[in-house]
Amino acid sequence: MASIAEELAEKQQEISVGEFFERNKHILGFDSLTKALVTAVKEGVDNSLDACEEAEILPEIKVGIQEINDREYKITVEDNGPGIVKRKVPEVFGKLLYGSRFHEISQSRGQQGIGVSAVVMYGQLTTGKATLVWSKVKEKDYAHKMKITMDTKKNEPEVLDDDVVLWEGKEHGMKFETTIKGLMRRGKHSVFEYLKNTAIVNPHARIEFDRDGEKIIFKRATDQLPEKTKAVQPHLKGIELGTLAKMAKDTDRRTLKSFLKHEFSRISYSKAGDICEEAEMDEKTKPKNLEVEDCKKILKAAKKVKLMAPKTDCLSPIKGMLIKKGLKNVLKGQHPEYYAPPSTRDPEVYSGNPFQVEVGLVYGGDLPKEGPVKVLRFANRVPLLYKKSGCAVSTAIKNIDWRIYGLDQRGGRGMPSGPAVILVHVASTRVPFTSEAKDSIADIPEVIDEVEKGLRECARNLRTHLNKEKRRKKVKKKFTVVNDILPMIAKKSAEIVGKEIPELSKSMTKIMGVVYVDRRCEWDNGRCKIDIDITNYTPKNKKMNLFFEKPYPETELLSSNVDPDHQGDHLEWTLETLKPSERRRISLEFDGGLEEDDLDGTDVYIEGVTETKLIGAETLPDDWGIEMAEIKEE
Amino acid sequence: MKGKKEERHQEALDELRDIAERFYQQLENGDIPNMAIPTRSKSNIELDRREGVWKLGDSKTKRSAKKLKSARMLLRTLYMLELIQDMIEGDKSSTLREMYYISEGWDKAEFSKQNESDSLAEDMELATGCLREDFKLRPEEDGARLIGNITVEEVNRKGEIRKINCRDDVGDSGYTVPYNVESDKVNFKDVDVDFMIAIETGGMFDRLVENGFDEEANALLVHLKGQPARATRRVIKRLSEEEGIPVVVFTDADPWSFRIFASVAYGAINTAYLSDYLATPTAEYIGITASDIMTYDLPTDKLSKNDRKALEQELDDPRFDTDFWKEEIETMLDINKKAEQQALAKYGLDYVTDTYLPEKLGQMGLM
Repeated sequence: MASIAEELAEKQQEISVGEFFERNKHILGFDSLTKALVTAVKEGVDNSLDACEEAEILPEIKVGIQEINDREYKITVEDNGPGIVKRKVPEVFGKLLYGSRFHEISQSRGQQGIGVSAVVMYGQLTTGKATLVWSKVKEKDYAHKMKITMDTKKNEPEVLDDDVVLWEGKEHGMKFETTIKGLMRRGKHSVFEYLKNTAIVNPHARIEFDRDGEKIIFKRATDQLPEKTKAVQPHLKGIELGTLAKMAKDTDRRTLKSFLKHEFSRISYSKAGDICEEAEMDEKTKPKNLEVEDCKKILKAAKKVKLMAPKTDCLSPIKGMLIKKGLKNVLKGQHPEYYAPPSTRDPEVYSGNPFQVEVGLVYGGDLPKEGPVKVLRFANRVPLLYKKSGCAVSTAIKNIDWRIYGLDQRGGRGMPSGPAVILVHVASTRVPFTSEAKDSIADIPEVIDEVEKGLRECARNLRTHLNKEKRRKKVKKKFTVVNDILPMIAKKSAEIVGKEIPELSKSMTKIMGVVYVDRRCEWDNGRCKIDIDITNYTPKNKKMNLFFEKPYPETELLSSNVDPDHQGDHLEWTLETLKPSERRRISLEFDGGLEEDDLDGTDVYIEGVTETKLIGAETLPDDWGIEMAEIKEE
Repeated sequence: MKGKKEERHQEALDELRDIAERFYQQLENGDIPNMAIPTRSKSNIELDRREGVWKLGDSKTKRSAKKLKSARMLLRTLYMLELIQDMIEGDKSSTLREMYYISEGWDKAEFSKQNESDSLAEDMELATGCLREDFKLRPEEDGARLIGNITVEEVNRKGEIRKINCRDDVGDSGYTVPYNVESDKVNFKDVDVDFMIAIETGGMFDRLVENGFDEEANALLVHLKGQPARATRRVIKRLSEEEGIPVVVFTDADPWSFRIFASVAYGAINTAYLSDYLATPTAEYIGITASDIMTYDLPTDKLSKNDRKALEQELDDPRFDTDFWKEEIETMLDINKKAEQQALAKYGLDYVTDTYLPEKLGQMGLM
C-alpha cells in the first residue's frame, strides 16, 4: 500500500486525484468493466470482514448486484460490523487513502486495496451518481444515512444529504449503495467466484449474494473467529525507501537513534548505534532533517548490521481444521472424496517481512477429472483471481512432480491435471505482490520454497489416501466375505454335516484385521438420522474414542442413543471396550435444515486405532486438540 | 474309480461330505476356511513314464476365504456338493449347463459364466478322486460318431441291452457315443478292425465314409468333433486297451490340431488328473504334418498371430518335448503356413483314400 500512497501524495500536489485515478485505473483494479465489478465488491467486503474481525463480530455480509441500465450496476454491500461513527463516514467513503496507517503494519485485507473510497469515485466518474451510506453504531438507536460524493480536485468528501433514519432489525452495521459501470460475467473472474473463494478462507463469515434477484448463500461453517492480527512496527530490512522517508518526516522522535529504536521492530539502542555508525551518520541527527540520500545510507547500513528477524506472532493463519471446513462448506456440492489435512507452515521471513504459508488439497468425487487442477490463491484471506501464471504459487506447483503423488502431469512438469483443487494462502504483513495491481505473488525464493513444502505435505497425504483407498476397496471386498459369504459358508456346511452353525467371530477377525466404521444417513424433512457402526474386526480388544464433526455449529443434536461426552463443533464419545468382532452403533438425529450434501466427506474420527488398522474413518488429526483447547477456554 | 455304480455314488457322497466337514471344522477352530487343489497348469504336469501319459504334478493352489473370489468359490463348492448329494439321493442327473442355471437360485453362490461351474466340477473331481459321472453330472455334447465293423452292447434308458453293429446297423452318420461309456453302459463285442482312425473334422469323416474307407482298409472311423469330449477319448482308450486296436489321429495341420492329438495321446492339461483314464499313449499322429504340406504341395493359409503364439507356447509344453514335435512345430513356424485336411481335395475327392492315407498308413505298417 505504501508506495501507491506516496506516489499519490506526491502527485496530489500536481494533479487532481480524479486525473490520477483515470491514469492509473489498471493499478487500482478498474482496468476492465468485468474487473471493476469484482473490485468494487471486493473493496466493500474486505473492509467489512476487517471491521468485523477487529470488533470480534461473526460477519454477516450481504452483497447485491443489480443491472439497472446496460453496463450499469447498482452494488450494495451490507455488514453487521461495528458501524462507523458519523463524523468518520464522509472520510472513509469520500477521501482516497483515508485511514491507512503507514507506521504500523499488520496482516490485514485492507493492505491489498485502494479502499472503498476508490469505488465511490469510480462510480461517480463513470455514472455520475453519488453513493448512499448507512451506518449504525451499537450505542445509538438510529442510523445515519448519507449521500456522498468526492471532490476529486481536493480529495475531500462532499455530503449531499445527511438523514437520521431507523434501521430496523439492525443493532449495528454498515451498508453502502453505489452505481458503477461494469460488466457481469460468469466464470473464474466473476464476483461469484470471488465471494465463493472468500467464503472458503473465511468460514466464520456468512455471505449472502443477490445477483439480479438470484440468491446464493454461503453458510457459516464455524463460530470461531480468526485470531486477531496484531499490528507491529516495520522491520528495517523489509521497508521501502519512501516509507522510511515518510516515517522520518512524521515522527516526533528527536534523534535518529531514538527514531530507529522506537519505531522499528527488533532494534535496541546499541543496534541503533551500530546502524548509525555503519551509515556514518550522527546518532543525534534530527529525523525530520533526513534527506532521501540519508535514508538510502540507513537502509544500506541496516543490511550490514546483524538484526534479529522480525517477530512472526503478528500473523494469523486460518489453520488446518478451518481451511478444511471452509473448503468443505463451498465444495460439498461436488462430493469430494478426500480433503487432505491442510498444511499450516511455520512463519518464515523474506527481506524483513514475516510471512506464513498454508496449503489445502481436495481430491476426487465429482471434481472434473479432465483438465488442469483448480488452483485457489489467497493473500491475507483475500482471493487472487487474476494473473495466475506469473504467480509464485503456480511456480511452486509446477516445480513438483505430481505423478508420484497420484495426479497426472505431462512429463512431470507444468500444471498437474486431475480431479483436484489446491488452495494456497500466503499471510504476511507485506505480501510480495508482483505489481501494484496485487493480483499475483512475486517469485520470491523463500515464498516459493514454503509453498512447495506445504504442497508436498498435502500431496504426501493424498498419496497415502489413494493407497488407503485401494486398501479400503480391498477391505470392502473382505467385508462382503465376512458379512455375506462366510455366514453362508457356515450355514451351508452346518446343514450338510447336520450340526449347529459355528461361531464365526474368530474366523472373521482373522480375515479382516481392521476396525471398520460404517456410516449411514437417512433423511426426513431436514432431519437427519445417522447410524455409525463401529466393528472391531481385529483379534484384540479395542478401546477407542469416537469424534463426529457437525456440519454446522448451529446444527442441533436432537437425540442420540449414547450421550456424547463432549458437545461443541464436534461430538465426542469414549466408547466402551469393543471385543473382537463386537459391533457398537451410535445413532444420532440432527435438525437444522441439513441437506444430503452437508454430510459429505469424512467427518468421523477415531482415536485409539492406528491408521493402518482403521477403515471407514480418519484418525484424529494432530491439530484437533488445539481447537478443542480453544473451545474450552471460552 | 471303477467299482459298481452304487458303490461309486456312495464313495462320492462320502468324499463330498468330507469337504463340507473340513470347512465346518476350520470355522469351528476359528480358522479361515480353505481347500488346497492341485494346480491345473502347463507348469504342473509330469510324464508318467510307466503309463506314458502326462499327469498332474504335486503343486497345489490354496483357495482361502480370505479373498472374496476364493470365498465365493468355497461357498459354491458347498452348494454344488449339496446339489450332487441331492441328485445322487434322488437318482437324478443334470447337464453341466443345467447346473449352471440351477446356480441362479444359489444367492451369492451364483456362477456368472458356465466355464466357472464347469471348472469347479473339475476341481471337485480332483478334490474327491471321483468322476463327474459319479456326481451325476454330464456334458452337453454327445461323444463322437463311430463307423466300422465292431458291435457295441449298450444299455438303453429302459435298462435293456441293445446290440448295435457300427457298420451294418447304423446310417451314414454312424453310431453316436453316449456320454457315459463305462462298462455298466457300453461294452464291445465282435471287434473286427485292423486299426482305428480318429478324424478331426466332420467333412473328412464323411469323405472317408462316402469313399467306403472303413471297409476298404478294415478300419474303425472315429469323428473327434474338434477337441474331443471325455467320452470320445474314453472310448478310444478302452478300444485301444481292451481290444488292442492301434490308434491313429488325422487332423488339420495347425497348432490347435496338434493339441487335439496331444489330448488324445498324452492327456489334456485341464484334465491331466484323468489322464490314466482318458489318454491313449500309443496313439500316433498321421497328419497332416508340416512336412506333408511341402511333400504333397497342399493349398495353405498363412499363420495368424495367434497361431504363431500357440506354436511358441507348444515349444514350451512338456508334452511336445520330442524330436518329432519339435521339428514339426519349427517347420511350421519356418514355412509360416497351415493347411486343412480337405486341402487334399486339390488332387480329387478320392486322393485322400486312394493315395494319401494308404501312403501314410503304409509307413506305419497299418496298410
